Amino acid sequence: MTGNLRDKKGRPVIVVTGFGIVTSLGRGMADNWAALTAGRSGIHPITRFSTEGLSTKIAGTIDGLEIGDISAPGLAKAFATASIAEAISQSGIGSSGSFPGPLFLATPPAEVEWPLRRQIYECARNGSPVSNAQMKRAAREGAYQDQHALFLFGQVGEYLADKFGTLGQPISLSTACASGGTAIQLGVEAIRRGETDAALCVGTDGSVHTESLIRFSLLSALSTRNDPPKKASRPFAKDRDGFVMAEGSAALVLESYDAAKARGAKILGVLRGCGERADDFHRTRSTPDGTPIIGAIRNALDDAGVEPRQIDYINAHGTSTPENDKIEYISLANVFGEHLAGTPISSNKSIVGHTLTAAGAVEAAFSLMTIATGTIPPTINYDTPDPEMPLDVVPNEKRDSSVEIVLSNSFGFGGQNVCLVLSAEPA
Amino acid sequence: MENRQMEEVWITGIGLVSSLGEGCEDHWRSMGNGGSCEPVVDAETFAPYAVHPLGEVDFSSQVPKRGDLRQMGPWQRLGTYTAGLALSDAGVAGDPAYLNKMDMIIAADGGERDIEVDIAVLEGIGRRNDPEVFLNEALSTQLRPTLFLAQLPNLMAGNISIVHKVCGSSRTFMGEEMAGVSAAQIAVKKIRHGQSELCLIGGAYNAERDDMQFAFELGHYLWPGEFEPLWERRKKGGGIVNGSVGAFLVLESKSHATARGARAYAQLSEVLADRCDRAPGAAARNAREQFDALGASLEPGPLAVLSGACGAEPVTGEERAFLEGLSDKGFDVSARAVSSMLGHSVEAQFLSGLALAAIAASKKQLFGPVAGSDFEKPYDGCPDRILVTSWGHWRGEGMALVETLAA
Repeated sequence: MTGNLRDKKGRPVIVVTGFGIVTSLGRGMADNWAALTAGRSGIHPITRFSTEGLSTKIAGTIDGLEIGDISAPGLAKAFATASIAEAISQSGIGSSGSFPGPLFLATPPAEVEWPLRRQIYECARNGSPVSNAQMKRAAREGAYQDQHALFLFGQVGEYLADKFGTLGQPISLSTACASGGTAIQLGVEAIRRGETDAALCVGTDGSVHTESLIRFSLLSALSTRNDPPKKASRPFAKDRDGFVMAEGSAALVLESYDAAKARGAKILGVLRGCGERADDFHRTRSTPDGTPIIGAIRNALDDAGVEPRQIDYINAHGTSTPENDKIEYISLANVFGEHLAGTPISSNKSIVGHTLTAAGAVEAAFSLMTIATGTIPPTINYDTPDPEMPLDVVPNEKRDSSVEIVLSNSFGFGGQNVCLVLSAEPA
Repeated sequence: MENRQMEEVWITGIGLVSSLGEGCEDHWRSMGNGGSCEPVVDAETFAPYAVHPLGEVDFSSQVPKRGDLRQMGPWQRLGTYTAGLALSDAGVAGDPAYLNKMDMIIAADGGERDIEVDIAVLEGIGRRNDPEVFLNEALSTQLRPTLFLAQLPNLMAGNISIVHKVCGSSRTFMGEEMAGVSAAQIAVKKIRHGQSELCLIGGAYNAERDDMQFAFELGHYLWPGEFEPLWERRKKGGGIVNGSVGAFLVLESKSHATARGARAYAQLSEVLADRCDRAPGAAARNAREQFDALGASLEPGPLAVLSGACGAEPVTGEERAFLEGLSDKGFDVSARAVSSMLGHSVEAQFLSGLALAAIAASKKQLFGPVAGSDFEKPYDGCPDRILVTSWGHWRGEGMALVETLAA
């Protein structure tokens, strides 16, 4: 045995030894961090499909990947493959095709998509309308076995487990827009239980397609400020009008501090604590007084053993919807009290857009970069402050500041709330 | 942490709804009493595909607000309803002292699509020379705004929080059959290590859905013939007969259950999960390793098995051979295919197997063999340990051990 480092609760200290990322800002952390800190938006007009007649015509898609037929699970796989490869390479853990721990994967739900549905419909039709029973028969008579597997929920995880040689059954999960945070939390818990020294925690999302865009539009969740696209996402601003869908993936290699030290790995930061709490108020809205989010933040701080005043920076969920940003402010004001005014808080989503299933992982990786570099990325498009939420949102320009401990928030439809506390390597 | 005494995991609440009825007693009556089980099959509605249909359910008894019911599709309704049954059964329903700290892990698929809209769009789109624009118009005007929420996997958990006030935590696992295995496995690990003391796990499957049958038929997985018990289908190539099932369990640490004076059905001693590429023999190799890992505590002799086999081949035949091969180690296997009785319920499959195992353990008697099976044989006496398996129709192998509690 080398070290035996435990946290205040007697549990193994958990560190991050690798991260990888792909978003509309670029591939790899170097490009992403340069764009993020420069406030260079990745939001642009959608070209993947026609947006004629739609109220929202912009997104943070990742284009130009050579993956053959575009499908949401195909993109989710491609993005995750890129982010995991970067994270493992940086970490130097395991050997090629052999990662010594389990995979926890935040991945979007998959469904048979319109091109395939049309193809089968055309096969089934013989000049006359087709019933659902005829669609099933056409499916059975055709050669679509690969398509069956492509649209299984477990398929992305199975593919990644094969490719990177993770141990055991991968866990695919969804807690909506908090999913990336939940994937990390599952990894933290597994290492704390002592069942593994390492875990691969990943969020990925490639769901910008016609139907998903329309579904979010019908819920009035999306910004319709199409021109110019880069000005659409404006978290915490008074004139915010919705989020902007985006694609991406981030992967984190988690290890026990002892195992990382024993193999001489470079430590990028510490996963100090996680907290969660479910909301019972409404399917898409939070309890107006913020009680569940307050509970999730307090649980995370308690799990990490830190006080609100010790938090140097908050990486906000900050979606740019009127509802989210308001409740996030109310909740933070409750927990932080007078300390909130002096605590910088910024939203990566102002620049990246909302990477949905991946967001929690993407923002955890960016939080670690803030700790490592002492640079806080800005909240862009903050031209009209909302007087109801007096916050230091690091408006429009990055800021250099020593940051030791970060709180990163993720909230999702269905009452999902997950908060992470990340910090610098223990001295 | 390492030196801490491991907590035992007890099953203290069961919610089970299927074609055979609702709750433990309905299922015990239909499947037990030493007789054989006669499955309930609807061969007409989705012909040529048979399904085990959901019986009459009064959803309002667990979901009293009509507004809540309207927000859900049949799949979410079934899960939310069954979750309520499990909470009531455990004696924690409506009690914030328990619900506020209760963790929740749901094994989920997506909810129903609006297949009328789908077919209308497909019919219209072929007549247009601007199909993408037509799709935009059609979906924007024809999809109900709240349909999306009825389709999102994690909104079953969301509805359970709203309706039943389970608020400690909420996680949704995906990935077909293995989602159910992983939900149980993570809950057991968390309780054993003191990361949770009270946890609701569950899943539901609506078999009466054209969209899911279509997805299965892309892979040619369904059984298109006259209904036959699961083990017998391999003579004609095998196939899945789906069943509508809701299966929820309240898992609890022994100390928490004891402190509140809860009645327990059984102990959930272990849950194991693994995967392979499904090369011939690979799944059985995983199962043998899992059995060996459990086997250290198992004396040879009679062994009751609730198999989650789905009916598709070659995976079902491989599992049967694995179970038959346990005789080499001195285990005399009496297997029951859960899918023969309730139908295959994918995400809920393993969880329904756990629920049935807990019922049998508490009744101190195994269910009867399904009618017409050449593999399932009677089991005499009390099944003090029950093996529960679930192999995914495409990937993944799970195994659990349920044991009776000392009187």
